[in-house]
Amino acid sequence: MDTQTIIEIQNLVKQYGSITAVDNLNLSIYKGEIFGLLGPNGAGKTTTILMLMGLCEPTSGSISVAGLNPAREPILVKKIVGYMPDSIGFYGDMTGRENLYYTANLNRIPKEEQGKRIDFLISKVGLKEAADRKVREYSRGMRQRLGVADVLLKDPEVVFLDEPTLGLDPEGTAELLEIIKELGKKEGKTVLISSHLLHQVQAICDRVGIFVKGKLVASGTISELAQKIGGERAVEIKATPLEDFPYDAISAMPGVDSVSVQDDMIIIDGAGEELAPKIVKALVERGMNIYHVKVRGSDLDDIYRRYFQEEGAKNDK
Amino acid sequence: MISKLKNIFGINTSESTSKEILGGIDVVFFKELADQLSSIRYIILFALITLTGVVSFYSAISNIGTLTEDSGTNFILIRLFTTSGTSLPSFTWFLSLLGPLLGLSMGFDAINAEQSNGTLTRLLAQPIYRDDVINGKFFARLFILTLMTFALGGFVAGMGIVLTGVAPEGEEVVRLIIYLLLSVVYMAFWVALSMLFSVIFRQTATSALSTIALWLFFTIFLPIFAGMVADTLFPVTDKADVLTQLYNIKLSQGISRLSPSTLYSEAAVTILSPNVRTLGPVLLEQAYGAVPGSLPLGQSLLLIWPHLTGLIAGTMIIFGITYTLFMRQEIRA
Repeated sequence: MDTQTIIEIQNLVKQYGSITAVDNLNLSIYKGEIFGLLGPNGAGKTTTILMLMGLCEPTSGSISVAGLNPAREPILVKKIVGYMPDSIGFYGDMTGRENLYYTANLNRIPKEEQGKRIDFLISKVGLKEAADRKVREYSRGMRQRLGVADVLLKDPEVVFLDEPTLGLDPEGTAELLEIIKELGKKEGKTVLISSHLLHQVQAICDRVGIFVKGKLVASGTISELAQKIGGERAVEIKATPLEDFPYDAISAMPGVDSVSVQDDMIIIDGAGEELAPKIVKALVERGMNIYHVKVRGSDLDDIYRRYFQEEGAKNDK
Repeated sequence: MISKLKNIFGINTSESTSKEILGGIDVVFFKELADQLSSIRYIILFALITLTGVVSFYSAISNIGTLTEDSGTNFILIRLFTTSGTSLPSFTWFLSLLGPLLGLSMGFDAINAEQSNGTLTRLLAQPIYRDDVINGKFFARLFILTLMTFALGGFVAGMGIVLTGVAPEGEEVVRLIIYLLLSVVYMAFWVALSMLFSVIFRQTATSALSTIALWLFFTIFLPIFAGMVADTLFPVTDKADVLTQLYNIKLSQGISRLSPSTLYSEAAVTILSPNVRTLGPVLLEQAYGAVPGSLPLGQSLLLIWPHLTGLIAGTMIIFGITYTLFMRQEIRA
């Protein structure tokens, strides 16, 4: 894998008065990868992106985007970086196409290329029919797709997408993610997505970073993160009748720490993926009906929840 | 089309693209120009100003008999601007009333509307300097005001020439141009002020109301307030001596000149009516023996020079504050 660093963040701090929005952040993002910046609202994701764009000045620390310092040379950075804000807005009394022409002019795209590029992008994001309608009439999903076209207009090397799927219906989300995935995989652009919606991002990201209260608590590929928090490995099973459940046999299996029942769910702590089929087989042999089996700790949701609980400290478990 | 032709003839068009221009003030300027000119708000106010201007000027012409009887036929064309008709106030009165409203309507949502629509972040994420946005917006508005004022002034003056049949003298033309420039500066003051409020307040309604409040204060309440203060400090009674009366007038004038509207009205009258010799009080002994006549252009200008500098300085200071606040503003809402 090509591991050329394109964004390098070192000891980045941003304070608003007494509030620390970004706390000593260190992060490297490689060229051509899709990086997911995950965290709850107010974790400092947008602030970090704004600092990467040179739209807001860091209190301390250093940033390098393609070798440029955004605080010093914001114009040069903005030339190669596309940014889609979380609440993206367009001029409502202009058509989608007109909005794109304005961006094209601001980016000094030569007049003779503008029409071609805009037509291409409009059909790419699937707005061909709506392009000449006023943006005021657009739905949320259409705006978001126009936003993607707007970001790609300058042919950026790096794309920042702040909560791109916020407020979209599942279909719209899937379409948008498909476009984003294509960007990263086919066109080799570096994409940084910030989101609090894990499942969506999980599907398309090469690596993720989990961001809580201004700190990056973990980063890596999803499987790396799963291994790191390997502490909680458990299988949860829903099966009836409950009284037939072979507690002794399951507890005796190698690797199983404990077996407990929560409501109608049986939790087998310590068991991982490799044990799940054996447990299921044992239950089936006893004639139990199985409704649900899940290996905990392997998907982003669990990882995320774990990191939250560690950081948040006051959550229930 | 041209580029296609160039391609056919093998002319290299990449020359023009290799020129690196940083910033985007021109792009913002032309976009704002188009926005303003097509906005219903602007069209309504422009129509209102044109209509009242033309009608008031026309009614002044129909009153021309009394005008020439009183003070001769000198500078008849430009004096028509300050003449009220039988039932209508003068052209200058209407412009001094509606001009600020136009200025305010152009500026009060310049920045905060973009903020609440979410277009500002997207705009600033493009490779332009931050001040390109505010400068482009301000200069586009200034350009429109200049264009509108001169078009209206020229139209009305032309109407005057046709209807009265009197050709203007050179000095009249110069005075008219100075008056129109003065009007542009005056309206620019209100544009700058309303843009300042559009940076300070996040809500467009708040900034619109505060600018209107300030406009009312300056045009209506400050002159009243000035009179009240002067009357309290130097009460003019039957027994009051000359000095008290003089102080009273001076003080009330001084206070009301804090208002740009007063500055504008005084300057407009002086430049358009050359027989206005002073803006302060005149004692009878000073007027005694004075030969009635008009001031030369230079002297009229000298009289309004403080007004003009005051208005320009005020506009620049307010725009300077607006600029600084905008540059320091955090992007995040």
